[in-house]
Amino acid sequence: MPHLVLQWTDWLDLFLHYSALSLLSVGGVISTAPEMHRYLVDQLHWLSEAQFNSSIAIAQAAPGPNILFVALMGWNIGLNAGSFAAALLGVLLTMSGILIPSSTLAYLAIRWGHQNRELRVVRAFKLGMAPLVISLMGATGWILASANSDPAKDWPLWLLTAATAMILWRSKIHLLWLLAVGAALGWFGGL
Amino acid sequence: MTPVDRHKPRSPLDLFVSFNQLALQGFGGVLAVAQRELVERKRWISNEEFVEEWSVAQVMPGPNIVNFALMIGGRHFGLGGAVAAVTGLLAAPLVLVLLLALVYAQYINNPHVVGALRGMGAVAAGLIISAALKLSSSIKSNPLGPPACVALGVTCFIGIALLRWPLVYVLPGLGVTSCMLAYRQLKP
Repeated sequence: MPHLVLQWTDWLDLFLHYSALSLLSVGGVISTAPEMHRYLVDQLHWLSEAQFNSSIAIAQAAPGPNILFVALMGWNIGLNAGSFAAALLGVLLTMSGILIPSSTLAYLAIRWGHQNRELRVVRAFKLGMAPLVISLMGATGWILASANSDPAKDWPLWLLTAATAMILWRSKIHLLWLLAVGAALGWFGGL
Repeated sequence: MTPVDRHKPRSPLDLFVSFNQLALQGFGGVLAVAQRELVERKRWISNEEFVEEWSVAQVMPGPNIVNFALMIGGRHFGLGGAVAAVTGLLAAPLVLVLLLALVYAQYINNPHVVGALRGMGAVAAGLIISAALKLSSSIKSNPLGPPACVALGVTCFIGIALLRWPLVYVLPGLGVTSCMLAYRQLKP
């Protein structure tokens, strides 16, 4: 784990770098992770390889938006700089950097789109994108499921995914029940 | 869905609490939970509107779910509502993820924990697929017509899920085609 001495200019750089990435993060913030890796791990050595990877893994495992991996990177940079106060500063700077520019742009664009929702070009955009948006959601589920890549060994996981999809499609059962079943099956070695 | 069935968030606090609840159920992403909570349970929007608004959230930079929360919050209570929804979405999961990071090192090799996470991941994948299946009923009213919608959707799925092409090529390529077709179908 690196030990860092960070000046306020370094913190400013961190904020500005994430602000720039914010505007480039079309298709989700995870698509900018390779650039974060180049900057934080390869170039500045502010994070170790293990810290970078575990930031993404923990955010994926925890409930909530996956974007919180950004907060964990800021947290780890702060810890490397030596204190919990610095870790909280890291969270604040990375999260506000990654969120404020894109959110400002999105808020203005959404408001414009809503005010002009009867325009033919706005209707065409939303209706034209609809089949792609639904397809992308299916693709996301597929990619998550195929993280379990060995069919001979992982077939129970695929079965669980398929069963969950059918049950949730056709019933109104609360999601947390199924998550609990999945966790219990995995905990006791059924998967 | 008729307007009679439609509900609305009562206050920015209601937005905060609602987004907080759905975020805490969102293992492996919050989108599918948002469909389940906001369309089916709370009935703030219909499946058709969900898809339309999600398409905007998808093409803007930034996390899709944050853009979506901005949209729902802003629609009902302006900027204050947008901030309430996004804060609700992020606050509790942020605290949770930092706590997890603190204890993570001790449990990373525990086979029970690893197994439980794999099981929850498989359920999360199923949830997302079920949400896509439900939303696909919304294309019946799409002016592109079901055959064109299915062709575009299947092409997109093959490119992204099977061939693993980058989204930045697939989405603009198919999106421009699809939107131009829709533009021609709509009456001026």
